[in-house]
Amino acid sequence: MSILVTEKTRVITQGITGKAGLFHSQKSREYAKECQPDVDVFVGGVTPGKGGQEADGFPVFNSVAEAVDKVGANASMVFVPPPFCADAIIESIDAGIELIVAITEGIPTLDMVRVAEYLERSNSRLIGPNCPGVITPGVAKIGIMPGYIHKPGGVGLISKSGTLTYEAAWQLGNLGLGQSTAVGIGGDPIIGTSFIDLLEMFENDPGTDAIMMIGEIGGNAEVLAAEYIKSHVTKPVAGFIAGQTAPPGKRMGHAGAIISGGSGTAAEKMEALEAAGVVVAKSPADMGKAMQEAIAKRKG
Amino acid sequence: MKIHEYQAKQLLKAAGVTVPEGIVAKTPDEAAAAFEQLGGSLAVVKSQIHAGGRGKGRFKEHPEQAGVVLVRSAAEARENAERMLGSTLVTIQTGEEGKQVNTLLIEEGLDIASELYLGVIVDRAAGGVVVMMSSEGGTEIEKVAHETPEKILTASVLPGFGLQAAQARRLAYQLGLDANALASAQAFLPKLVQFFVDNDCTQVEINPLVVTGDGQFVALDAKVGFDDNALFRHKQFLELRDLNEEDESEVRAADAGLSYVKLDGSIGCLVNGAGLAMSTMDLIKYHGGEPANFLDVGGGANVEQVTEAFRIILADENVKAVLVNIFGGIMKCDVIVEALLAAYDQVGFTVPLVVRLEGTNVEKAREMLSASGKDIIPATDLTDAAKKVVGSISA
Repeated sequence: MSILVTEKTRVITQGITGKAGLFHSQKSREYAKECQPDVDVFVGGVTPGKGGQEADGFPVFNSVAEAVDKVGANASMVFVPPPFCADAIIESIDAGIELIVAITEGIPTLDMVRVAEYLERSNSRLIGPNCPGVITPGVAKIGIMPGYIHKPGGVGLISKSGTLTYEAAWQLGNLGLGQSTAVGIGGDPIIGTSFIDLLEMFENDPGTDAIMMIGEIGGNAEVLAAEYIKSHVTKPVAGFIAGQTAPPGKRMGHAGAIISGGSGTAAEKMEALEAAGVVVAKSPADMGKAMQEAIAKRKG
Repeated sequence: MKIHEYQAKQLLKAAGVTVPEGIVAKTPDEAAAAFEQLGGSLAVVKSQIHAGGRGKGRFKEHPEQAGVVLVRSAAEARENAERMLGSTLVTIQTGEEGKQVNTLLIEEGLDIASELYLGVIVDRAAGGVVVMMSSEGGTEIEKVAHETPEKILTASVLPGFGLQAAQARRLAYQLGLDANALASAQAFLPKLVQFFVDNDCTQVEINPLVVTGDGQFVALDAKVGFDDNALFRHKQFLELRDLNEEDESEVRAADAGLSYVKLDGSIGCLVNGAGLAMSTMDLIKYHGGEPANFLDVGGGANVEQVTEAFRIILADENVKAVLVNIFGGIMKCDVIVEALLAAYDQVGFTVPLVVRLEGTNVEKAREMLSASGKDIIPATDLTDAAKKVVGSISA
């Protein structure tokens, strides 16, 4: 078992005729083929005005609605450039797509406020934007992460960042801890799916027996997650917070990674997580070990 | 992107938000002329820098001089301007080095009945826009929020609809305003929220927002920030950028497509990905070192970018060693090493360079590194890398 991405997932790429969109569609298709040789998981793409064309074997449609109709897509991977990306996400919501994974970095924040309004009135789930995507190792990936670093297993991995997620997956893999599903939720101020949403999904997923969450400075999502863990999560949880040395008022790459008005610091987040019983790694080199420790603690 | 108070007030005024009469002065003569032109018996001279705490701030060159002063004559305006212009203002937000004041805003004095706080920001958790108000104007709002959270009033706004009259009314009643001020609030608040939405702001803070003796709302101060990601549809704001307010090396990095933040330590870092870059700084600190910077080369770094990144890192005199930390995913390790080696030759390293690589094609990349014959210290994992780079300085 796993969350979000399963054997039933059928994906189209919005922005498939762009360079990054096509490249990652090809890579994701390769990975899915290795895992499920008899099935086409990646069933096409959408670029308005280019319907009827083909992109390396992917049929291209004018609209998401058409792709749903013709190839039965229920998930979308979004590579549309920032000025048009919110509109593309809303198009998928409008077409009833269940899982929308937005990789695009640099969407204006108020555009995401608009998206959030539409999301709330729908049954769609948005992951991201500005994220590496979602992978269920051994089944499929929707995103830009290298497939081979994620081993199948029982750890549900949630992270705000890209390469730091790879680092965590790598450390977990080296300790024999594969992942049920790994989700990059994105480093923007407004994102479709929060730590809490995923904690709930992993808690309820029989295929997940431990959870690792990787946060960073800015906002209070990790503090809210800590409160949720304390009252709702029974599975062992390990964590790490990036940006312990970041100064206030400076944006650390991600649009959301900024300490403002003395709140959103790594220290307050680590403290909240520890108070909720989470094993928090102090050094990024110890993320895997922290997970191991959390699991051992629970068994002991 | 941040702008100056005087720029923010010009934009707000154009949007129909009431601000005090004010004139920008860049010389003492202009400051004196501005006082005459305003025509009152009292004016305020305000230093224009991108940092708060100016009223309590003092100048390095003139320790008695405040960053914001009341003046009662043209001569007094001139004397103050002489001390302020070209001098360095140190406030609680500028750090010890302070900021040079090149521009002053001279404003009319107001008949102030009360001071309120008003802020509009993006509410991350709710995925919306939120208006915050408080009767505790002029003070640090973070302190109010922390000590007396019940004194912060909020209203959620849907950007497509703006602040509703009922919300403005409710806030005004909760603030205990009289009938005159209530009418003013209902005109002022929706306009300010509309300004936030129309211009893709990340923050609009009016602190204090004053209520005058005759019940008018006036924005006595204005702090406005724009969403960098939305500047493509507000290109006119790019002209408001003041490069004097920005770190030179950060501007240079941004031009090269790099995300760089200068810090005070001695170990330079070059990393791919923002989260890993932050973590690398933490790692260095954890092992007793101090990071000199945050630097994310992004997902598709090429030779030019890596070269520029090294140059920016090494231009910082405090840097005594450099740590490269790459987790190659889609960007393969061997491609990064190729860029590293080419950049190494172009830059000319005089400090120790520790390289930690992991991920796609790492074996090939490590071989390339050792075969290069260059004085590069390879590290096997994160902890090894941190120990080696910290050790290279203390040794």
